[in-house]
Amino acid sequence: MLALAVEIPYWGQSLLRVVGGIAAVLLPAGTIVYLFLFKMMSFMQSRLGPMEAGPYGSMQLIAEVGKWLQKEDIAPEKADVHIFRMAPIIVLVSTFLLVAVVPFGPQAYFTNFEVGIFYALAVGSISVIGILIAGWASANKYSLLGGLRAAGQLIAYELPMVLAVVGVVIQAGTMNMQGIVVAQNTGEIFGWGGLGFPFIITQFVGFMIFMIAVQAELTQAPFDMPIAESELVSGYMTEYSGFRFLMFFIGEFATAGVFAFIASVLFLGGWGVPFAWFGWETLADVPGWMNVAGPVIMLTKMLLLTFLIMWVRFSYPRFREDQLQTFAWKFLIPLALANIVVTAIIKVAV
Amino acid sequence: MSGTIATVLAADGINVAKNVGFGIIAFAMIFAALCVVATKNVVHAALWLVVVLGGVAAQYILAAAEFVAISQVLVYIGAVTVLFLFGIMLTRARIGTDIGLFNSGWALGIPVAALLLGVVGWAVLDYTGDDVIANQAPTPTVLLSDAYLGPYLVPFLALSFVLLAAAIGAIVIARKD
Repeated sequence: MLALAVEIPYWGQSLLRVVGGIAAVLLPAGTIVYLFLFKMMSFMQSRLGPMEAGPYGSMQLIAEVGKWLQKEDIAPEKADVHIFRMAPIIVLVSTFLLVAVVPFGPQAYFTNFEVGIFYALAVGSISVIGILIAGWASANKYSLLGGLRAAGQLIAYELPMVLAVVGVVIQAGTMNMQGIVVAQNTGEIFGWGGLGFPFIITQFVGFMIFMIAVQAELTQAPFDMPIAESELVSGYMTEYSGFRFLMFFIGEFATAGVFAFIASVLFLGGWGVPFAWFGWETLADVPGWMNVAGPVIMLTKMLLLTFLIMWVRFSYPRFREDQLQTFAWKFLIPLALANIVVTAIIKVAV
Repeated sequence: MSGTIATVLAADGINVAKNVGFGIIAFAMIFAALCVVATKNVVHAALWLVVVLGGVAAQYILAAAEFVAISQVLVYIGAVTVLFLFGIMLTRARIGTDIGLFNSGWALGIPVAALLLGVVGWAVLDYTGDDVIANQAPTPTVLLSDAYLGPYLVPFLALSFVLLAAAIGAIVIARKD
């Protein structure tokens, strides 16, 4: 077996983790914006999308970022300036905190936290504070309405998300993300290990609830009531321009990527290939080259899931506020609770 | 005095970095807590409270209680503060200085706070005495759940029942329209 026999010193590992963390946030964001927001949306609307900057418009992203960076950093006259400037940073930081527990290989993780998935759900809720205070500090009625709508929606959809994850945690018997990956790749379907045992098979209901909740957490259509352009003029983002708007923009798509990473760890087997393919028994047997192959596998699964998110985004019209709340509280949450009960009964019985 | 501190710090099982970290976080928390009561804007007070609660989570991490630390973030920062902000913004949230934030009895709070500090400080010092709290690895979550679903099952169920009663009560009050 080909082994990657490089001993990396501690400072080197730390440096790799920092660089990897930044890449794991910015790379998906750029890919999603170019592939899906520019090209796929254009294809679905029978147009070409950006074509001028670079071959097939591939340099358009650089042009856009350059444009945002050179714009003036304006705050409204009556705004609460410090809070106004802080808000996009809080949103972006919560994305970086989120990626910290996602494993990309046997050793390629940022931190191997015992209660990893619980941590991810906890820090994911920090961005709500950033959005709320962005809406308030803008001193603008539309922004405040957008911020309040966003907070109401994020609180409502955080609950089904947490409950959907509980099913996976019960089945894997651990909250550690690495443990969840190993549990899926060492599992067997009726004694056959050729596919491992991705939890999407038994937790399909949980997977659907999780993806719907992710859609709502990202305020993507059909859950884009908080930023509805036609009535709120982009809601809490109305007053932002220049690089602070860019931060919100990157935060939105980077969070889409990170949530897709988390979903692929929870339901699709994460970075791993079924251990039976190469005769590995435990995590310790996995050779070093998986640290290189793992991120590629994760990126593929991430693109697949964000493709689904974006497909839904471009296809469905917006929910009304009451439909949105009813859907979460009266349908998703009871369904997720039923899923937990069934999973727990089967786990104890089998 | 400084000599005794140095000898205590040099003793076995003392993690100097952890103590320095504790000091820095504790200082930030006290500063933020003072800002919560001294600031002239309700929203700013709620945001300073986020710093205090985040500091508590950081202290839990230093004490190797990961699960409690993350529960702290999820419950207090993710839910309670957001509810605070939500409530404040729906009712009174003007930008700039707010008037009438201090009530007439604010000075009474000082002796109460001092008394509380004394009692808690005395209790902690009396309990630990000269013992050095050893460094420990984070408790596996499995052990935690075994504890409160085993020996502490009855208090756990009783607490759940109280919370359920409160939730049902809230629904009943809210439906009275």
